[in-house]
Amino acid sequence: MADYETHAHDVLVVGAGGAGLRAAIEAAKSGARVGLVCKSLLGKAHTVMAEGGVAAALSNVDDRDSWRVHFADTMRGGQYLNNWRMAELHAKEAPDRVRELEAWGAVFDRTPDGRILQRNFGGHKYPRLAHVGDRTGLEMIRTLQDYAVQMGIDVHMECTVVDLIRDGERIAGAFAYDRDRGRFKVFESRAIVLATGGIGRAYSVTSNSWEYTGDGHSLAYRAGAALQDMEFVQFHPTGMVWPPSVKGILVTEGVRGEGGILVNREGRRFMFDDIPENYRSQTADNEEEGWRYVQGDKSARRPPELLTRDHIARAIMREVREGRGSPHGGVFLDISWISSKMRNAPDHIKKKLPSMYHQFKQLADIDITAEPMEVGPTTHYVMGGVRVDGDSQMSTLPGLFAAGEAAAGLHGANRLGGNSLSDLLVFGMRAGEYAAKYAAETSPARIPPDEVDAAAKVALEPFGRATNGSSAEGPYQVQDTLQDMMQDLVGIVRRQEEMQRALDGIAALRLRAAAVSVTGNREYNPGWHTALDLENLLIVSEAVTRSALERQESRGAQFREDYPDKDPAYANFNITVTRGRKGEMIVSRVPIPPMRDDLKQIVEENK
Amino acid sequence: MTATARVAGVGAGAGAASHDVVKSGQRAAARSDQSAGGEAKRATFHVWRGDGAGGEFKSYETSVSEGMVVLDAIHQIQAESANDLAVRWNCKAGKCGSCSAEVNGMPKLMCMTRLNDLDLDEPVTVEPMHAFPVVRDLVTDVSWNFEVKKRIRKFTPRAPDAPDGTWRMAQSDVDRVQEFRKCVECFLCQDVCHVLRDHQKHDEFIGPRFLVHVAALEMHPLDTENRVDELRTAHGIGYCNITKCCTRVCPENITITDNAIIPLKERVVDQHYDPLRGLVRLFRRGK
Repeated sequence: MADYETHAHDVLVVGAGGAGLRAAIEAAKSGARVGLVCKSLLGKAHTVMAEGGVAAALSNVDDRDSWRVHFADTMRGGQYLNNWRMAELHAKEAPDRVRELEAWGAVFDRTPDGRILQRNFGGHKYPRLAHVGDRTGLEMIRTLQDYAVQMGIDVHMECTVVDLIRDGERIAGAFAYDRDRGRFKVFESRAIVLATGGIGRAYSVTSNSWEYTGDGHSLAYRAGAALQDMEFVQFHPTGMVWPPSVKGILVTEGVRGEGGILVNREGRRFMFDDIPENYRSQTADNEEEGWRYVQGDKSARRPPELLTRDHIARAIMREVREGRGSPHGGVFLDISWISSKMRNAPDHIKKKLPSMYHQFKQLADIDITAEPMEVGPTTHYVMGGVRVDGDSQMSTLPGLFAAGEAAAGLHGANRLGGNSLSDLLVFGMRAGEYAAKYAAETSPARIPPDEVDAAAKVALEPFGRATNGSSAEGPYQVQDTLQDMMQDLVGIVRRQEEMQRALDGIAALRLRAAAVSVTGNREYNPGWHTALDLENLLIVSEAVTRSALERQESRGAQFREDYPDKDPAYANFNITVTRGRKGEMIVSRVPIPPMRDDLKQIVEENK
Repeated sequence: MTATARVAGVGAGAGAASHDVVKSGQRAAARSDQSAGGEAKRATFHVWRGDGAGGEFKSYETSVSEGMVVLDAIHQIQAESANDLAVRWNCKAGKCGSCSAEVNGMPKLMCMTRLNDLDLDEPVTVEPMHAFPVVRDLVTDVSWNFEVKKRIRKFTPRAPDAPDGTWRMAQSDVDRVQEFRKCVECFLCQDVCHVLRDHQKHDEFIGPRFLVHVAALEMHPLDTENRVDELRTAHGIGYCNITKCCTRVCPENITITDNAIIPLKERVVDQHYDPLRGLVRLFRRGK
């Protein structure tokens, strides 16, 4: 029998980024015994890297903003594949969630009359992002972390969940190991909230930390829940491209929100060249108007650098492909040019974008107040995730909830910048609330001991595998091959034939993953951890590829070179994947329910 | 490990990129055709390997290229020859504060320490922080810090300023605490503080990180609590003798000593040692 310690909770939250912390706080408020599990130390989750801000229609800077405009912007950005109920709740509740953070100690930048300041961001009609310079994510996670700690929530740090345990058709708990000693832990829990973030580590150029290996996606899928919208992987248009070791690290959209412009090697501001039809009426058609917009002129329309991320990523690619890119394979992002428009521009830039100034100075030896940055697309976010109910965030498996990047629905085909942090707060809270309610209404579940033994056996297999001298392969080689393959074959531009090759590649890598061997012992052993991550990475990679093959059109974050246009036939359903009886991946088309009339009207009003 | 990968971050499959593009994160050995020189340079790293029971420095040689940081080299060594080499990291951009270690004897974030700032003709030593118990290799047990935070009185705001439940604050007032809230909790200041590092006063002194945290609360425009008594007693602020080592190692450039600790010490003095106030207190007690 496997050796493990047991912990009993009413609600187990997996992941301690913004969504997980907010879920844990809400569940604990209702009196539930809450356990919070995270792979890193508390407060280090990917949320700390969110820079730009949290989108919420507070209307502090522009009183024309409202939840209705935010709703319409979100739906347009998502190409109407969004779960419209989630988009409605999100737009309505985000302002309260931001004000609540202030009441818990967060310190946002201020307007001249002392209220929370808001900044411009891509796809948002009006300045909407509450922010703290360009380190909003850190402010948010630290506030939530400290609040949760003060509430006395049990935190299991540096602990990885490897399997969800079911008792018949219901969730019973989770099987995990602690990373420092390698000991097994079993969590008994009637409800589980997955708040594990994204899948960026399936790609080689990514802004995501090592933690983003699709754990929640894979845990839910393996336990029988459906995943949705997995073809929509967002490539953030501005990652660092130089020097090589920092390739992929994010350059916040806040740079463009503060007036930064994109130029090619010929010095041409190319974003004016191709403004999509559905944004034309809201987009400036000359540089002067764009500048007035970022300066707060309400009569001006936004510059084309603030179009949605999918569009900008493709425009950058076009410049590079046609030979007009920067020396290191990107384009130039220039904020220093505002010196020609304002006095004290360098101080202004340092004040508004302190992290970016610091990051480029230290990692690339570039002073962004005086020189342009070189940037290019980087894997950033997955719109797809666990399919959930819009109100409660419960998955298709009773007792299993998901929130934040691990859940699908809110963002549809493409996420607007700033809508992630608000997503975490709004749906983190809802997931926590409904998970606690579910746990209170449910009898305790039984953990089947044989399931624990089986999970423990699988987890230890990489240690037992024979190492046949030079033929023994470590986990990093398999991971690297997968990342390179996904980047090449299922990246920003997709084709049928390449994705078919990727599926063959994934099948081959599955065999290699099943044979990797690791050295050393169970104490803080990254090789072992990586070996166990491989299955999750392979599942999410397959889900992305199969969903992308199914969607034979280009929409939002998905660009199919073989189907370059939007196809109305694909406008009314989401693509889901579920696990079949024999372990095969089943792809389905699930119709989107018709939008409520009042919401339809809001969309029309804001066109 | 394959040294060079053709990775198309920009223009996947486009074939337009005229150079080798390299992945971020775990592998960064591939060279750009933009960097000078022909052959890959090699460098030697003396990495501490071991656990709580003891250990030793082991020597690893790996190739280095332009722009690499210490964490890249550690990841490369991990992938090439030491799969089980333990190291903490998350963001690789100086924002999460996970990869704290001592590089050539100086407390540093490995992700923000560029190799071209080090003398690579000599071996680079990389070892875990000294002020905390080693878990394994470069990873230390920093759980004490999380316990300390629980002991600090929580943020307690004044009643809202406006009927809609919101507050008004001036940017100039929030600037002051925003400096402290930049802290990424890397604990390098705790590592370098002699009260903790050399004298092991972990039971009596909360260390610079948490003095910064208390300062952020005490100077928060909305907070109504008073933490000055605890600063003097349970938090042990008197142990700090202002050597400013913490300020020097802070990767966020927080002016820990001047802006956080000294003003707190002044509050302690004002409240407990001010002769005029002492007289007032005596007088009141006599009443």
